[in-house]
Amino acid sequence: MDFIVDAQQLGKTFEGKAGTVEALRGIDLQLEPGEFVSLIGPSGCGKSTLLRLIGDLLQPTTGSLAVNGKTPQQARIEGDYGIAFQKATLLDWRTVQRNVELPLELAGVEAHARAARTDELLDMVGLADFADHHPWQLSGGMQQRVAIARALSQRPPLLLMDEPFGALDEMTRESMQQELMRIWRDTATTVVFVTHSIPEAVFLSTRVVVMSPRPGRITDRIDIGLPQPRDSGIRESERFFELLTQVREQLRSSDSVS
Amino acid sequence: MSAFRSGGAYSPGRMAAATESGSNTALKRVLAVAAILALLVALWEGYKLLGRATGGTWPFTELEMRPRPGNNSMPHVWDVVAALFGPHRRGGDPLILVMASAVLFTLREALVGFLVGGAFGFALGVLFVRSQATERAFMPYVVASQTIPIIAIAPMVVIWGRQLDVPSWLSVAVIAAFLTFFPVAINTVRGLRSPEATATELFHSYAASPSQRLWKLQVPAALPYIFTSMKISASASVVGAIVGELPAGFGEGLGRALLNYNQVFAADPTKLYAAVLMAAMGGIVFVGLITLAERFTLAGRVREASL
Amino acid sequence: MSSRRLIPPVLAFAGVIGLWEAVVRLFDIQAFILPAPSAIWTAFIETWEIVWSYGFRTLMEALGGLLGGTVAGVLIAGAVARWSTIRLGAMPFSAAVNAMPIVATAPILNQLFGLTSPVSKMAVVAVMVFFPVMANTARGLAEVDPSELELMRAMAASPFTILRRVRIPNALPFFFSAMKVAVPLSLIGAIIAEYFGGPQDVLGQYITNRAQLFQFPDAWAAILVASLLGIGMYSIVLLAERLFMPWHVSLRLQA
Repeated sequence: MDFIVDAQQLGKTFEGKAGTVEALRGIDLQLEPGEFVSLIGPSGCGKSTLLRLIGDLLQPTTGSLAVNGKTPQQARIEGDYGIAFQKATLLDWRTVQRNVELPLELAGVEAHARAARTDELLDMVGLADFADHHPWQLSGGMQQRVAIARALSQRPPLLLMDEPFGALDEMTRESMQQELMRIWRDTATTVVFVTHSIPEAVFLSTRVVVMSPRPGRITDRIDIGLPQPRDSGIRESERFFELLTQVREQLRSSDSVS
Repeated sequence: MSAFRSGGAYSPGRMAAATESGSNTALKRVLAVAAILALLVALWEGYKLLGRATGGTWPFTELEMRPRPGNNSMPHVWDVVAALFGPHRRGGDPLILVMASAVLFTLREALVGFLVGGAFGFALGVLFVRSQATERAFMPYVVASQTIPIIAIAPMVVIWGRQLDVPSWLSVAVIAAFLTFFPVAINTVRGLRSPEATATELFHSYAASPSQRLWKLQVPAALPYIFTSMKISASASVVGAIVGELPAGFGEGLGRALLNYNQVFAADPTKLYAAVLMAAMGGIVFVGLITLAERFTLAGRVREASL
Repeated sequence: MSSRRLIPPVLAFAGVIGLWEAVVRLFDIQAFILPAPSAIWTAFIETWEIVWSYGFRTLMEALGGLLGGTVAGVLIAGAVARWSTIRLGAMPFSAAVNAMPIVATAPILNQLFGLTSPVSKMAVVAVMVFFPVMANTARGLAEVDPSELELMRAMAASPFTILRRVRIPNALPFFFSAMKVAVPLSLIGAIIAEYFGGPQDVLGQYITNRAQLFQFPDAWAAILVASLLGIGMYSIVLLAERLFMPWHVSLRLQA
């Protein structure tokens, strides 16, 4: 059980009214615990599909996939991962507090323990003062922080994120990235992060996985050897720009491969 | 932590401003409604004034003003209000009390049917969402039933019921149940299916059971839809009840009352106007109660700006 | 809806009708308890002329009220959308009127406009139709995307141009969704307004009179006519919608 995600020759094909769509082909990916891995690629390259396969929200057509040493379904049932989407997807009839404790409630944790854990989580994301607010009263960035707190409520070893900062403006985005780095360090989770943004991928990750257009294949795995902890100063370093260029060129060349 | 510079539509700054003007807007709204009522009263009395001045014809023409502006057909607003507090017949109780009991009589019939129809409609909606097969089989009937003018056949149903020895109030309750059942079922289905795809994925990621998903995601999401259709059905139920009471003018409900005061219109028009006013209030109170229940249940959610 | 998908409901419908007929015959159920479909159909054919001519009169009442209520509704909607202070009062007022049983005003309108005149029934329908049309159209005219308005102002467009090119197209979906409510409502409103008295040669009175004489098959035949009229009117609204708003997203998704 060395790898927290072990995909071998993973493939996914969709049958639809418009015919057959091969979203992923031959995905080989092994993730070690504690990594921060970004999946980056053009639209339609299947990165979100791959994320959902890991989360057992979709089932593979070919190949094998093990999550935390179990089948993805087992991992899902045992709450081995938390997930955050581009839309924060908070329940608007619940307060922030009740939103964060949703997974615990569904898992049958009793009220006292839930409240304690929720307080912890809200402190961690800096929203302790907003526990009794409703989602509509929060800005986009704050809502995403609630979503992240919720995703971590059961202390999962794995965190799946599907372009969570995609809908935010640049400045909020950068401060959220900073936040995420701190949370990642403090909780020591493994993160699989889908993104469109090259600077975001390079800033956050220990490894960037570049994908090709449909049918999605992995065209490169780039180790990001930037120093930890990642602070905003790194964005202006030479090494950062070199890595940005490396990823960009890889994307461009895989684009012309199709 | 000021990490929310992006603002967005609902940043706390905006929220504070909104609550401040919230009470202001409520006051303005009350004043605006009062202004409209005052305007209508002014139009009414103005029309009558014109009629008195020209002797009942449109100015500069020989055309008679229709409706007739005289006190026999269009009493003064204050006379109608006075009639409300006067006796309902010689030596009788105040009209307002008599009408209030008529309103309660009719509302009781409507309420029973409304609640039963609503409960069953909700249950059917849940069933449809749980079992696609059931929905495919029966939804066409639910939709088709909307084409039958149920309110329009209310009197017939009451007469029919009487033939089968069904008490009239029960026939009326059944009508109200029908008026509520189908729209609530349709709106329940719509509401249960309203959550976005990511919300369903979220619940799947928590390995939530179907019943957890129903009660913690789908039903709360459906409540606004259900309340909206219930308000409409409530109003329709009252209409159905009144109309259903008409054929024999049975009981002491609004149907009977309207028929009675219609008969004495020639002698005293104010009583009919007062009766209609009370009927109107009855409907408004009924829907108003549901609206209050709605406000309470949906507290905290974003309320759609109703201008 | 593809024709193949219609087959199961149609078969099921035929099955229900067949079962109904069988049960009535088998148990010799009296017509005043539950008329057989065949009896209703016979009545429909035999009373064809009467029922359709009465239906026509009721339809005229409905259309007259629909026209008056819709025109008034659209005009007032323009004023309401233009001045937000009026809007603040008009919307709750409209909600309150929708809550009340408008048909209760029928006796008064009968007295004011004459018991035998169709105008009194039209007046009831007009009031019923006015408020949904006004409220929805006002929303459509007022709730325009602010960026569209900014674009217009940047091009120095006059308020009238803005009305024509932005507000009215924006309001069309709202208007049509109001009409989908108003049109069936107008027919039902005409029928129940008739119950408060007036000429006997109209659908509502016919239904009740036949019922009081326990001639239920005749009554159901008339109800069938009312349903058909309602469906016909609604279909016309759908057609008009497709004509005036071929671009609308909801229609594209249906196709």
